[in-house]
Amino acid sequence: MTARQRILQKLRERRGGPLKAPAADLAIVSERDWQPEEKLALFTQMIESVQGEVHRVDRTHWCDELASLLAQRHIQQLLIPRQHTVGQQIRDAADQAYSAWPRLRHYDQTIEQWQPELFHEVDAAITSTRGAIAETGSLILWPTQDEPRLASLVPPLHIAVLEADQVYATFHEAITTQQWANGMPTNALLISGPSKTADIEQTLAYGVHGPKALLVLILESSAPDASYKDNIQ
Amino acid sequence: MKTETAQTPVKIYPPKPDKVYFYGTCLIDLFYPDAGMAGIQLLEREGIEVIFPEGQTCCGQPAYSSGYHDQARSVAASQLNLFPEAWPIVVPSGSCGGMMRQHYPDLFADTPQSSQANAIAARTWELTDFLLHVCHIQLKDLGEPTTVAMHTSCSARREMGVAEVGPQLLSQLANVTLVEQARAAECCGFGGTFAIRHPEISAAMVSDKADSLVDTGATRFVTTDCGCLMNIHGHAEQSHKPIQGEHILSFLWQRTGEAHS
Amino acid sequence: MTTDTAVRDFHPRAHAALNNPQIRANFRKAMDGLMSKRQQAFEGWALDTLREQGAKARLRALAKLPELLEQLETQLTANGIQVHWAESPDEACRIIREICEARGAKSVIKGKSMVSEEMHLNAYLEAHGIEALESDLGEYIVQMAEETPSHIIMPAIHKNTGEISELMHHKTGTQRSQDVEYLTASARQQLREKFMRADVGLSGVNFAVAETGTLCLVENEGNGRMTTTVPPCHIAVTGIEKVVEKLEDITPLLALLPRSATGQHITTYVNMISGPRQPEERDGPEAVHLVLLDNGRSDIYQDDELLDTLRCIRCGACMNHCPVYTRVGGHTYGTTYPGPIGKILMPHLIGLDEGRHLPSASSLCGACGEVCPVKIPIPKLLVRLRREAVDGDQLHPSQMSGHGVKRQRFEVMIWQSWAWLNQHPRLYRLATRITTRLRKLQPHRLGAWTRYRTAPRLAPKTLHEQMSERQRGKPLAEVKR
Repeated sequence: MTARQRILQKLRERRGGPLKAPAADLAIVSERDWQPEEKLALFTQMIESVQGEVHRVDRTHWCDELASLLAQRHIQQLLIPRQHTVGQQIRDAADQAYSAWPRLRHYDQTIEQWQPELFHEVDAAITSTRGAIAETGSLILWPTQDEPRLASLVPPLHIAVLEADQVYATFHEAITTQQWANGMPTNALLISGPSKTADIEQTLAYGVHGPKALLVLILESSAPDASYKDNIQ
Repeated sequence: MKTETAQTPVKIYPPKPDKVYFYGTCLIDLFYPDAGMAGIQLLEREGIEVIFPEGQTCCGQPAYSSGYHDQARSVAASQLNLFPEAWPIVVPSGSCGGMMRQHYPDLFADTPQSSQANAIAARTWELTDFLLHVCHIQLKDLGEPTTVAMHTSCSARREMGVAEVGPQLLSQLANVTLVEQARAAECCGFGGTFAIRHPEISAAMVSDKADSLVDTGATRFVTTDCGCLMNIHGHAEQSHKPIQGEHILSFLWQRTGEAHS
Repeated sequence: MTTDTAVRDFHPRAHAALNNPQIRANFRKAMDGLMSKRQQAFEGWALDTLREQGAKARLRALAKLPELLEQLETQLTANGIQVHWAESPDEACRIIREICEARGAKSVIKGKSMVSEEMHLNAYLEAHGIEALESDLGEYIVQMAEETPSHIIMPAIHKNTGEISELMHHKTGTQRSQDVEYLTASARQQLREKFMRADVGLSGVNFAVAETGTLCLVENEGNGRMTTTVPPCHIAVTGIEKVVEKLEDITPLLALLPRSATGQHITTYVNMISGPRQPEERDGPEAVHLVLLDNGRSDIYQDDELLDTLRCIRCGACMNHCPVYTRVGGHTYGTTYPGPIGKILMPHLIGLDEGRHLPSASSLCGACGEVCPVKIPIPKLLVRLRREAVDGDQLHPSQMSGHGVKRQRFEVMIWQSWAWLNQHPRLYRLATRITTRLRKLQPHRLGAWTRYRTAPRLAPKTLHEQMSERQRGKPLAEVKR
């Protein structure tokens, strides 16, 4: 018999007899009665409490806001998605801009082909999100070919773009609304703040392995703009 | 068949009875009979007749906690018949009360005494809890102004769920100022045979506990349990720390006793 | 290095720790902070209900454990993750070595994994010529110091900044500094180079979801994500009990774990891995393996009462709230898992004979059970283990390996005499009465008790005596002191 068979057989022939599975009642982690503005406010409060930085911006000129944030931080190289609207709009903005933008980089090759550059040269990356969770101040990311896993991890600054109406109350609401159980991506992430540690005498330090800073740009519409949203879905 | 996770038990207090059984506990019997007598007199002052079963010895807890369940069961079994009527059983100790209320059902599971043990468990009450929530006692303070600290035993706090009771009773005493120790919920290090098997660790715990009590500025502390009392008081005495302890029942009776009895 | 074999030396280690002011201060400060943060994190929650649902999610998984393990294997395999089964730590180590050797891997970078500590994997790999480097900052520090973790969540909690600075200076040449930011940045730099070159990344698992074939890892540092993303091969190791049925089941557990552990509402990263890099993807490991380790868990599974041990989600709250752990620190236990959970888990992993001191090293204060996010009745299980250690219940014969190890004729005799006396009320009353009459002869020294305390003083008359005098109409005994 293999180890697998022996383990399973031992579990099946349990001395205490079969066990009955208690039913789930997940109301405690799912039922919240929050209005959209409350969710936004809570999300902001929670992520700021762990050193996230939130900027609520109008979608019509969010790239201007981004440009000034990048300039303040003296960002030299910004990793952007090639396909996603976020990347397209940044490229458009950079093309038309009078002021200087960082060098825009794309994750066009496999990591093996440009690992030293990603690790040593790219100092910021911007990614889209699949929404956020108000209760814990978490961003939801499903890395893709266009926005690979390491984009949100390796550069010292991660900028995440969040649609204002994509804030879920709870993790439970997010996974049920988006029907995660029907098909998980190879990697799904919740990100709540920049990388941190308290392993040295309980003292918080940021940027231990991942980004030292996390910026969240929440895109809001003063007037509805359908085109961007169609693209994001 | 195992089906559920353990539920936190809900306490449903009985109406105030005419009579109660008083289960004195072995430590009170030998070392602190004053505390037992104070408890009895407090009950009687509330108009309750106190029955003191003569056959009582020990609840069985020391052997139970040490793993000697055969011996614990035989001693506990000898106690089960002491309470034939349906009156509440009151215990001036969270530890012994906890044994009877929380552990008798497990100890007697699958034995002929199981239902008897369960019934006894259900009507066992920690005495201060009983005074406050069943007797609705109103204390009239006759003593001089004083300051005390309180240590609620871990079993009173966690097994009997009476952490709030002592402070509430003390707050009824007009001339008594209750001061709270740091880390009030932390164990004093008694733990029965733990103090003997792991004397150094127990000593470190009781030393910290006595220091927290001293740091409150009080020179006296009261407690729900004689184990904690002999541990903390004994340590403070041996190491000349300026704090003395007594059982909360002795203290309550002293403060309110003379005028009413 | 292997320390489980030295579990028996609990007392000398406790003595050393208790007399080390640095250790005492480091743990006290850390535990105080963790306790208050946890309390704040649960403000506004119906905590008992949440814990109940956490416990049920775990019990639901355990109730269907063999089926869920099979479902997990099927889903993971379909997702491209290879599943391996190991009954013993040695077998798990061998599996991992073989994966490494098949790839020609010479270096393994590790995310935090208590199961790999349980396996003593680092020592094993090093002995086979494979470098194993810890990347969690705390584990990295502990590895540098050639120690083992003293806490399951905060491995280097026994050290203060000065000690860590000194260590890093000697081992890595980092400049001495009290600046935690500087030390952290230095570690980041050193470890990034290692991540880029490592052949294999090895991690633990917090929850393995059977429904979707997903491995969930929670962490703050990002080293877990680096470990599972940068090297070309990712090996995850976990105990067989870590499976949950549905993705939804992790929601109460995720609400409980970080709040219980460190008082955080959520960790910085929740990393859910459901497959290796797909052909169109540009990063992620090309191969992902899961090693499922039994190591005594299927023994625990047999028993209705002990089973509760397997609900554990490794948050460490029981340690943070344990007055014994706070005093003696994690290393005193000499076990992979220290503190209350270690006391009820380790005896199954190493045998009750080896872990004989563990169940007794508790005052049964109940703080651990009170805070456990999945309601493991730890004090009750400690009593159960004490019973097994002395074969104390003929109605419920002992079940564990090494049971009866502490049963000694003399001690049994004492308890038998105690029981006999307490079953004979007349004799009990006579004996206690005589004892009080001899109170003047009471010894001042009572062994270990009076080393640190005065002896309690016998009363002049027992309560029994006072009550019987009262019934016979004698005046009431003097109540006042």
